Amino acid sequence: MRPPDAWLRTTPAGLRVEPGGFVIDPIAPVERALVTHAHGDHARPGSRHVLATAETLAIMRARYGDDAYRQGQAAAPGETIAIGGVAVRLVPAGHVLGSAQVVLEHGGVRVVVTGDYKRRRDPTCAPFELVRCDVLVTEATFGLPVFRHPDDRAEIARLLASRAAFPERAQLVGVYALGKCQRVIALLREAGYERPIYLHGALVALCDLYRAHGVELGELRHATGVARSELAGEIVLAPPGALADRWTRRLPDPVVALASGWMRIRQRARQRGVELPLVISDHADWDELNATIADSGAAEIWVTHGREEALVHQASELGLAARALGLTGFEEEGS
Amino acid sequence: MKRFAALLDGLLLTPSRNGKLRLLREYFAATPDPDRGWALAALTAELSLPEVKPSRIRDLAVERVDPVLLRWSWDFVGDLAETVALLWPVAPGRATDGDAPSPDGGPSPRLVVVVERLRSATRAEAPALLAELLDALDSSGRYALLKLVTGELRVGVSARLAKIALAELAAPHGIALDEVEEVWHGLAPPYGGLFEWIEGRAPRPAVAERARFRPLMLAQPIEEDELVSLDPAAYRAEWKWDGIRVQLVAGEGVAHVYSRSGDEIGGAFPEIVAALRFDAVLDGELLVGRDGVPAPFGDLQQRLNRKTVSRKLAEELPAFVRVYDILFDGGEDLRALAFAERRDRLVAWFDRVRPERLDLSPLVPFRDWDELRALYAGVGPGAIEGLVLKRADSPYVAGRPKGPWFKWKRGPVLIDAVLMYAQRGSGKRSSYYSDYTFGVWKDGALVPVGKAYFGFSDDELLQLDRWIRSHTVAKHGPVREVARELVLEVACDGLQRSTRHRSGLAMRFPRIHRIRWDKPAAEAERLETLERIVEKAAAGARA
Repeated sequence: MRPPDAWLRTTPAGLRVEPGGFVIDPIAPVERALVTHAHGDHARPGSRHVLATAETLAIMRARYGDDAYRQGQAAAPGETIAIGGVAVRLVPAGHVLGSAQVVLEHGGVRVVVTGDYKRRRDPTCAPFELVRCDVLVTEATFGLPVFRHPDDRAEIARLLASRAAFPERAQLVGVYALGKCQRVIALLREAGYERPIYLHGALVALCDLYRAHGVELGELRHATGVARSELAGEIVLAPPGALADRWTRRLPDPVVALASGWMRIRQRARQRGVELPLVISDHADWDELNATIADSGAAEIWVTHGREEALVHQASELGLAARALGLTGFEEEGS
Repeated sequence: MKRFAALLDGLLLTPSRNGKLRLLREYFAATPDPDRGWALAALTAELSLPEVKPSRIRDLAVERVDPVLLRWSWDFVGDLAETVALLWPVAPGRATDGDAPSPDGGPSPRLVVVVERLRSATRAEAPALLAELLDALDSSGRYALLKLVTGELRVGVSARLAKIALAELAAPHGIALDEVEEVWHGLAPPYGGLFEWIEGRAPRPAVAERARFRPLMLAQPIEEDELVSLDPAAYRAEWKWDGIRVQLVAGEGVAHVYSRSGDEIGGAFPEIVAALRFDAVLDGELLVGRDGVPAPFGDLQQRLNRKTVSRKLAEELPAFVRVYDILFDGGEDLRALAFAERRDRLVAWFDRVRPERLDLSPLVPFRDWDELRALYAGVGPGAIEGLVLKRADSPYVAGRPKGPWFKWKRGPVLIDAVLMYAQRGSGKRSSYYSDYTFGVWKDGALVPVGKAYFGFSDDELLQLDRWIRSHTVAKHGPVREVARELVLEVACDGLQRSTRHRSGLAMRFPRIHRIRWDKPAAEAERLETLERIVEKAAAGARA
């Protein structure tokens, strides 16, 4: 195998596919972008031409309006698109609605760029699909062996137990607006929770968009404007940044929860004033990252963002060629 | 172990005292013996297991995981016990991670099994046993286990809070907190008799008389203008020294230094324990200082909340006890005697025994309240916190009875300072800027002199929060720097020199007294004024 360094390069804007002339998840506007998913640190506004899944394009449009892109091209599931001699295919990454891995084939070498991904079941998006490859370009957000995500059903059970234990208090759950919010709602519904779920205003639009894409979320209500007493014993979702905001004063003595993979670390929960840490992550944990490296059959591992050094070390110990790409611009919040 | 681990996790993350009490009550009510007894012992630092040093724990982990990954994980997590708990590889077929914390199920061993096995292990055997137990537990259980063997629970529960939780459970059976405290020190883990008693299933457990802590007699606060209602001839006066109240229990092979809540603190004051070569129970004030001159409270504070003390610190800040009262002389219980008689016995006891590191708190002779007031006015706000008035005929009774003893504290020192920085509070106050740093003027600039987060009403908090948000000039992470415009009248119980503060001063117990919306910042206090107060206080302490 000839390493793809000649045609797949790290540039200040992001990972650039030279023959195709496009950048994957560029951190600044470019002429041609390929966007893996619509989280703000991967999908930025202002590029001229954006190739992505239809869902990702729709979310970008909802978030950024006319600034999202000038021209959007939706890649159909399984469709192979030839761009400048590179065969490009998007396959589900299981991260959030519309999230995709990028399969690139050029000069007899197959590269898979995972984007952000997880391998667990998520009722709100298509499941991760494994594609064997020569080079795996992987994320490493939770690339340390301390990160092993528990079963999300057990975490939801703890939220419901807290609600039962404190009927006079609201359960205030911090959730990232795209993905985590809808997944927590869907998991609550699967656990048999049928009461209305109350939302901070910043979460409403994306829930509507998920529903428009056929994701069932049950009855949702605006938390704003509801009398304090009515919110006792209810579950209220808000963006993580609003947990310590003035907005929360409308809630009756809330139990502050946060749904995030970082909640695995007690001190992180404590520092953020989280009483009920829910370890629910939309990223692969340490075991999934390693399993994916093994399952992919790749001889070469490139690590994009997160705790690159540990994953590179681990892959090297297994005799694989591994390196950190040192891409910047990706955030930890909401993971 | 699952229940205990869930309790520790809950206590760690629950900010409020009431929330912690609830968790403790629920745990003690729902957990069988002897597990709950061992948990109580662990929470109150009464459980002694063979200590496993952090370096041994790291060695154990390195046998199971790559040392490089351990190092990076530790750097990221920050706490070794938590790191090892999280990355310990799960043995096939054993406890899996993230099981819902159901109290019944799982392969998790019971706390009693873990404790008994560790207790019977030698220091040399402990690491191998620890590895075996780590294999059998899930990550919460591993965390709890590692905290147990390193002896550092750090979940924000004092021995007193645990006792309050027990007393709340015992309340339906007519058992009060001071009874729980009195019985406490005569019992050993796992406290089977204690739980039977507080649940009304058995009589009060008999405890060894000698080593026992006797709950202290406390004084009611009184204001200066209320003094006229008291007959000065019926009372004796003593200075209220600014240390911490202790009870010394010695004789027949025991030597204990108990804090006012009955916690053993002798480990941090070995020089006092060494001096307890007599047979008596005494009530006094623990102080640090030389030649009978008490150092500021801030100095004593450096020796508090430690399990042991370094020789250097003990030499720098030697401790002594200024004795107020005698409860037992040998086996003779003096508590039913009148204060005046106990005082005579105490003076005679001092003459006879001549104890080291103990001195007698002098009585302050006075004829009437005016004279006492004048005497009090002569000392600054330093080593003396106030005066205690004791009825000459009062027996020594536990708790805070109304009438026999009063504490008279002078009004606080009031300082007009300028608000400089604000930070959000925690828990219910996490959306409010409720922690304030304030300063006074020195050469045209403000020097921070203290920090306070209470003393204001809810309405005032709302006003301050609003003012801070609209007068922020810079943000430093969670801290807001505000325009130097708002004057806070800060009350404190004294000012002392401090090398740890840039201003060279430390406030004792500062709180927001009033918000001076009306006062221009330029008219706030100057540092020289505060320094003069400190000097006056120092002079008073020497007097």
